[in-house]
Amino acid sequence: MIKVRNLTKHFGDKQVLTDINLDIKTGEVVAIIGPSGSGKSTLLRCLNLLEKPSNGTIEIKDVKLNTQKYKARDAYQLRQQTAMVFQHYNLFKNKTALKNVIESLLVSSKMKKEEAIQIGENLLKRVGLEKQAHQYPATLSGGQQQRVSIARALAVKPHAILFDEPTSALDPELVNEVLQVIRQLSKEDTTMVIVTHEMQFAKEVADHVIFMADGQIIEQGTPEQVIEHSLNPRTQRFLRQAGDETDGAAR
Amino acid sequence: MNFDLQYMLEISLQIAKYIPITLLLAIVSMVFAIIIGLVVALIRNSKIFGITHLAGLYISLFRGMPTLVQLFIIYYGLPQLFPSLSTMDAIMAAIIGFSLKESSYLAEIFRAGLNSVDKGQMEAGLATGMKRVQIYSRIILPQAALNALPATGNTFISLIKETSLAFTLGITELFAEGKILASASMRFFETYLVVGLIYWLLVILYSWIQKYLEIWLSKPLRR
Repeated sequence: MIKVRNLTKHFGDKQVLTDINLDIKTGEVVAIIGPSGSGKSTLLRCLNLLEKPSNGTIEIKDVKLNTQKYKARDAYQLRQQTAMVFQHYNLFKNKTALKNVIESLLVSSKMKKEEAIQIGENLLKRVGLEKQAHQYPATLSGGQQQRVSIARALAVKPHAILFDEPTSALDPELVNEVLQVIRQLSKEDTTMVIVTHEMQFAKEVADHVIFMADGQIIEQGTPEQVIEHSLNPRTQRFLRQAGDETDGAAR
Repeated sequence: MNFDLQYMLEISLQIAKYIPITLLLAIVSMVFAIIIGLVVALIRNSKIFGITHLAGLYISLFRGMPTLVQLFIIYYGLPQLFPSLSTMDAIMAAIIGFSLKESSYLAEIFRAGLNSVDKGQMEAGLATGMKRVQIYSRIILPQAALNALPATGNTFISLIKETSLAFTLGITELFAEGKILASASMRFFETYLVVGLIYWLLVILYSWIQKYLEIWLSKPLRR
């Protein structure tokens, strides 16, 4: 369960998030769509405090945090509720695929090495990379790196996984292998928040779609309501443009 | 030509006996300089108001004064203010002086090294619930070390040669021994050439070690 109330964020004078209210149920898959610069990624990064919100409260599972006054310890606890998959994978470059996955288990959870390796190997198998366990990130393709980073996110058994444009940096032919892994997760009752440009994918996996523009939530609802039959002119305009781009790429 | 090869060979061994003291000065000072330099670099990067400026001042001060002047201030100057320091021996004074000076250079090198590791890995570590200290020590520093290695090596090479200044504090190391032999034999060219060649040899030896260190550290990053 994720509950956000009156979240605002500004960089200097620039207001990037205005009064965001958000409710995500456990097990729900939420896609956040919207034009670039609309604040989607910032919202996601506020949820684990990689970006410090200016105001509002965030509640994830049983950790509640007032963004105006919190201690390092509170931030640490809130972060432990989620894991994140980044646009540029952000794998630890000095660690093998397996070590990337189990690093936080060894360091934060103080798990025994054999046990962690067991978990790590299983997770790598789940994303189809058991053969690459001992390879370093530099030797993996973008798609493989992103799958390792998904395994790394799963390792900490987070209450929710935050995906920040997980396929935007990938070559077109590698997008699918990553989407396939996320698709699989969506069937397994994992709570996920996905910022994405892949409309088709959002429509397919999301239980709930949020459309953002100019730092505000403009519209939200089921994929049918928002992506198929939106009545909001702002959403319609965005979807038309996004559609043109997809058509252009297909041609 | 007035050149005595026989004499050169004879004194080579005699001068070489002082390699350990030169290496002691260089290596011990380097170890301290690395520790201090890393702390200063981390402080300078911390952006905590006040102490980051203090770190800046430290770097500016010790980088801005000639090494020789620093050594004299420490060895001849400080005991005047603090009489208890008059028992400080020359080697200790030299090591303190070299450590402070080199650390100010290293602090800047390390800062650049730390900043060269992309921020995303810090974020990824935080997002998986690791603490900053853990991310620094396990992820960022090993990569920063590789990036900082060539420049750090340069600093160490300078330091090896700069230890010759220790003779001004009365320490008999490579250069001082050469000086003594040269004034006895009046064969300045041969003597100082031997001294120079020994320094060169030490530097070659170190460069060779660094090469292997670099290969070892860069193993994860090769395609």
